Amino acid sequence: MSLPKPLMRGMLSKRLKFHLPISFALAMGAAILFKYTVTEPRKQAYADFYKNYDSVKEFNAMREAGIFESVRPSGE
Amino acid sequence: MLHLTAGRVGSLLARRATAAFSTSSVRMASHGHDVAETTDMSLPLYWDRVDIPLPDRPYKDTLTTGDQSLKQKEQGPWSQLSKEEKVALYRLMFSQTFPEMKQPSAEWKSVVGGIFILMGLTGLIVWWQKVYVYPPAPRTFDADWQAKQYKRMLDMRVNPIEGFAAKWDYKKGQWK
Repeated sequence: MSLPKPLMRGMLSKRLKFHLPISFALAMGAAILFKYTVTEPRKQAYADFYKNYDSVKEFNAMREAGIFESVRPSGE
Repeated sequence: MLHLTAGRVGSLLARRATAAFSTSSVRMASHGHDVAETTDMSLPLYWDRVDIPLPDRPYKDTLTTGDQSLKQKEQGPWSQLSKEEKVALYRLMFSQTFPEMKQPSAEWKSVVGGIFILMGLTGLIVWWQKVYVYPPAPRTFDADWQAKQYKRMLDMRVNPIEGFAAKWDYKKGQWK
């Protein structure tokens, strides 16, 4: 029984040639996906929130709700 | 009297019953005929393992005269060995081939079954604990306390951009 000579060397480089481009592509893809599904919407959400944000109005609303200890609602 | 053999015990119930009786060799030594065979770990060992393929010694190290003459023939050119002789030489060296070693067994069913049974038992124990052991929950778990807690969180504007208070519509006084 004479079998063909099996693969003796170069197995790691063969594997790397195949898997490294795939792994780089997947990692880059994951990063790009995260950027456009998470970080960009988050930046937009913050921009929208602060576009018309009136901090004094918000403070007074919180004060009337009675959550502060340093300043009580205006009625008291 | 329960005897623990070296192999697997048959039914799961038997296995759980015998597990309660420890198998320390100190206990068993007094019985004499029940002692399990011990391997002499100071000598080279044989094993069939996929991850360590070449054991310390051949499988058969005490050869019959026929085997010895075959081993002598092995010293010469291998092209003169017939196929059966080559297989016989292999079987002298190794007990199981790789396909034989890799044969799947049905052990996983016992393992998974045992896992589920024990998870079920654990569930029963936890249920009993809920009824008889745990003290009553703190008042902070009451529904009206939690409702007041959520109202206070909204008043404080907790996470107003992407989180809790972001989901509340302050103009309409309702969830978005």
